[in-house]
Amino acid sequence: MNAMTEIDSAVLQVRDLRVELPGEVDVVSGISFSLQAGEILGLVGESGSGKTTLATALLAHARRGAQIVGGQVNVGGQALLSLDGETLRRARGSLIGYVAQDPATALNPALRIGHLMRETLAVHPLGLDREAQQVRIRETLQDVGLPDEPEFLRRFPHQLSGGQQQRVMLALAFVLRPCLIVLDEPTTALDVTTQAHILDTLRRLCKRQGVAAVYVSHDLAVIKDLVDRVMVMYAGRIVETATREALFSRPSHPYTRGLLAAIPDVAGRRELQAIAGHAPAPGQRPTGCSFGPRCERFTDACSRVEPTLPVDVAHAVACWVPHEQPLQAVALTPIASVAAHTQAPLLTVSALNVAYDRQVLFDINVQVQPGECLALVGESGSGKTSLARAIAGLGENATGALSYAGQPLPLQARRREAGQRHPIQYIFQNPYRALNPRQTVYQTLSAPLEHFFAVKGAAARQRVEAVLMRVSLPASVADLYPGSLSGGERQRVAIARALLCEPRLLICDEITSALDVSVQASILDLLRQLQREGLTLLFVTHDLGVVRAIADRVLVLKAGRVVEQGAVDEVLDRPQAAYTRTLLAHSPSLG
Amino acid sequence: MNEPQTRKGLLITLLVVAVALLGPWLAPHGPTDMVGPVYGAPTGAAWLGYDFLGHDVLSRLLSGGVSVLWMSVAAASLALAVGTTLGLLAGLSRRRLDQWITWSADVSLAFPDLILVLLIVSMLGRAPWLIVLTVSIAFIPGVIRLARASAVAVAGQEFVEAAQMMGYSRRRILFKEILPNILTPLLVHFGNLLTWGVGMLSGLSFLGYGVAPPTADWGLMINENQAGLLVQPWAVLAPAVLIGVFAYGTNILAEGIGRSSAGTGAKQP
Amino acid sequence: MSEPHCNTPRTPAWLSWFVGRLGYGLLTAWVISLVVFIATQALPSDPARVILGPDAPLDSILTLQHQLGLDQPIAWQYLRWLGSALRGDLGVSLDSNVPVSHLLWGRFGYTLVLLAGVIAVVVPTALALGVALALRRDSRLDRWGLSLLIFLKATPGFLLAIGLVLLFSMPHMDFLPAVSILDPDQSLLRQLRFLVLPVWALSLTALPYLTRMVRAAMIEALASDYVIAARLRGVPERRIVWRHTLPNALVPAIQGVALTLRTLIGGAVLAEVIFSYPGIGTALNAAIQMRDLPMVQAIVLVITLAVVLINLLADLLTVLLTPKLRTARRVTLIQRNRRGITPWWRRSRGDA
Repeated sequence: MNAMTEIDSAVLQVRDLRVELPGEVDVVSGISFSLQAGEILGLVGESGSGKTTLATALLAHARRGAQIVGGQVNVGGQALLSLDGETLRRARGSLIGYVAQDPATALNPALRIGHLMRETLAVHPLGLDREAQQVRIRETLQDVGLPDEPEFLRRFPHQLSGGQQQRVMLALAFVLRPCLIVLDEPTTALDVTTQAHILDTLRRLCKRQGVAAVYVSHDLAVIKDLVDRVMVMYAGRIVETATREALFSRPSHPYTRGLLAAIPDVAGRRELQAIAGHAPAPGQRPTGCSFGPRCERFTDACSRVEPTLPVDVAHAVACWVPHEQPLQAVALTPIASVAAHTQAPLLTVSALNVAYDRQVLFDINVQVQPGECLALVGESGSGKTSLARAIAGLGENATGALSYAGQPLPLQARRREAGQRHPIQYIFQNPYRALNPRQTVYQTLSAPLEHFFAVKGAAARQRVEAVLMRVSLPASVADLYPGSLSGGERQRVAIARALLCEPRLLICDEITSALDVSVQASILDLLRQLQREGLTLLFVTHDLGVVRAIADRVLVLKAGRVVEQGAVDEVLDRPQAAYTRTLLAHSPSLG
Repeated sequence: MNEPQTRKGLLITLLVVAVALLGPWLAPHGPTDMVGPVYGAPTGAAWLGYDFLGHDVLSRLLSGGVSVLWMSVAAASLALAVGTTLGLLAGLSRRRLDQWITWSADVSLAFPDLILVLLIVSMLGRAPWLIVLTVSIAFIPGVIRLARASAVAVAGQEFVEAAQMMGYSRRRILFKEILPNILTPLLVHFGNLLTWGVGMLSGLSFLGYGVAPPTADWGLMINENQAGLLVQPWAVLAPAVLIGVFAYGTNILAEGIGRSSAGTGAKQP
Repeated sequence: MSEPHCNTPRTPAWLSWFVGRLGYGLLTAWVISLVVFIATQALPSDPARVILGPDAPLDSILTLQHQLGLDQPIAWQYLRWLGSALRGDLGVSLDSNVPVSHLLWGRFGYTLVLLAGVIAVVVPTALALGVALALRRDSRLDRWGLSLLIFLKATPGFLLAIGLVLLFSMPHMDFLPAVSILDPDQSLLRQLRFLVLPVWALSLTALPYLTRMVRAAMIEALASDYVIAARLRGVPERRIVWRHTLPNALVPAIQGVALTLRTLIGGAVLAEVIFSYPGIGTALNAAIQMRDLPMVQAIVLVITLAVVLINLLADLLTVLLTPKLRTARRVTLIQRNRRGITPWWRRSRGDA
């Protein structure tokens, strides 16, 4: 497979790329693909799939501890992996650009924007004099949608908004006019509207300047309108690659189908299907197909030999038993009609105001009916988390009135009676900080049992094991420390802790933002099951797809005020407020 | 405990402690018996020679460790206990109390350690408990700062809020949620306190403000025999080496604890 | 989070913070004067007896008490002392009957030179060594260097000084004087060789902490996202070290230098005594032994005020050199326990 003999205009050619960890443990292996000028390739995978490793390997870079041990990467005719020292340094940036995931940490807080731009031009031999450099900088800033005044260039990164920071990263990549740009989940840390604008800018720039792009993402919905081709990765291998239309209409690999079935879609409510099990870590991959143990089409052949990806085929699948039929449109499940409000509301919020150094909530009035799932939706700064925390009893600097089951509810958890504290439970957003690292799971879970219900010893052990089973965790987890658990497992333990308190109202604060799509699907499934058993849910999220998938009613917040509320179908199909319409327009969708 | 550095440090420290504790029984002569010539050279009867008054250096060496050790351990422990309490109080309380405690700590920190101790000891006398008290007062502000910073960092984490929501008593949250998670940096600092304590106490003795002669004390021995440094170096070198080894041992121990905790820290994304 | 630049306040925020910090420093200084006074004059049951010793006859004690003004109410004594101190009159030395200020400034100058020498040696060495070790992290040089630093850190300072004295007192090694007998009539610059050993001893005690701090700060900066992003943009490694990481590592180093100075002053007392260097440390030691109350008060006061000043400067430099603090609307150096502010997942405010 000599790249020289192939007559093509491929800007990027990768052959048999392999990255290893110490001990010959492979992180990614057998990667081969190519990319034409101006083409945008979406690289999709969940955490642990190796997509970030692959992205940086395209620049001949591996994170600390990992090493690129084999394969070829040809960019614009140059074999990157055989370059060294000065030539490699010059190739990085001028031949191939990189945009990192989090712009807040990827920009040096001590250097001004203008300095970064000028430096990027100065360290590459482009043959531009100072005048031409300034022109180039101005043009690039205009291209990415930033002001090109000198005053803007004198700012520090912390003086820019998140969207502006990411545009600066784009500008730094595009200013050198490379032939290929690698973007590593650049919009994960941004709001939906900002994300939509950035994707738009990116597509426009790539097409206009003929720059090829590799866009890494964990979310198929986000890249649906951006990319020309899609590559799906699992456990360090490419499992499927196809054009956009082909992948979304006729996905062949069972994993791709599983991913698509697990993504909540804002266009309509479907039953989300989780993929059982979890991805193998590097070094623990089974013989044969890595996806085999989780696959419903598993055969003997799958466990013996690893399937290979055919090269130079338009729609390539690495599977022994790929799907042939196109994807069936899954029937939409009708939402149970909201019961008439004959019952008294379970929770009432009246005239709630919350202010820290500035006011975050203005005069909020909310009612939550028993047995329903109410979604609180808004972008960052809308106050949705503050509202949830105030209801849970954690909000400081809050004034207003709460009432629960007809009784007044104090704003501070400490002032509530035990009988009011245990029915209202709160699940935090960050599973990595929600459990005490110095207590075993059993100690964390048995504490509320003893505190609220005076249950100890063998009876407590029994209840703990029962609730662990309810959240689909093995009973052996009880003796582990949180440090040994994954994010999804920790979130389940947090849910178990809430369930042990016999709650009636469960407040979930963006509990799935940090989790993979397939794990999110299983947690949403669990929550729906709990709702069927009579639990009332208050679900805070920014993702309208999740709202469609799980909620009965929705409340839209903007800058601390309620903009719109109503039944989910009503609000999402026939939005009244302009803000809701904007949110809907910018939300990525599979439909 | 698995870290080799921790084991090495523990071993060295315990070795010196053993010498200091068991020494008085193993000494061939009493520490204040004048049995030989002034600044006499080492002989078969006296392996380390004789000091400025004719005492047997070896005997004084073996008897001279207890004071340094118990005083540095006492000072470090007292500083740790008081400093942690105040630091936790500052980090977890209302703004007023926090400001008060932090400000008092800052004022104390303006006094260089040795100056403060010298000042108090010279004015108020050389009773051992007073020395211990003053040395720990010199250490307390540093502990307050550390405990406060660690407490603030831990208290901002969600599992503490979860405990508050459950309505656990303040004392329970303090002892079960917060304290176990700040233990490690405090333990590392304790090792440092021991090291500094030994240095300061022996320095004090060296200047003449520690335990009164004729008690045997390693720092005092260095002071007493420095005039004869060139003639009979062992009288100065032997206690100096033991002080150094003890300080080194506690230091390595602290480093080892710090390193092993960094390795097994909670996984963060 | 974009700051509206059209209405920049007339006073930059850091200036108002500095004024507040200055006030805080002055308050601290005043409390220190109280503590010094109480420790020396108010606490001891009878300073006169302390000065003259337990066997002094009664009328000498009474005379001294009247002389020192010890028979006046304590608050009056404090105010009188403070008042004269502010005017520059620090009393008269009981030992030599010379005004304290005369004795002090010469000695103070010598100690300043000593400390300046130590800083001039330690700071560049710590920077160079810290950067070198950070760049060669986990190599053999790094491991050996760290072991050496740990060994130096563990050894009490005065032992190092004594070791040096021993070393340079041996025959054939006397090219450096082990005792610093300075001639006050000659200029200091001509007698620099007397400074070498004390500076060396103190530098060895101060080096470990600062070097390890620089090393840690550099390692953290080199592993940061912005360095990786710069590397992937093709910025040369040399430029990354000098322009991207070192400035960020400098700021924690400033606080480290302030802390080092504080411990150095304590160590200087011991070193000066060991080398018989005529600085403020030996003066303090002598004053304490002679029970020279005014000298003791004056020296301790000057030293602690110097530490307060150093901390103030360090905080000011930290704010000025950190762009985020310098341009902030409100400067806060200490983190307080505020709950429920920023969500963990650092979502930025969305304006495209």
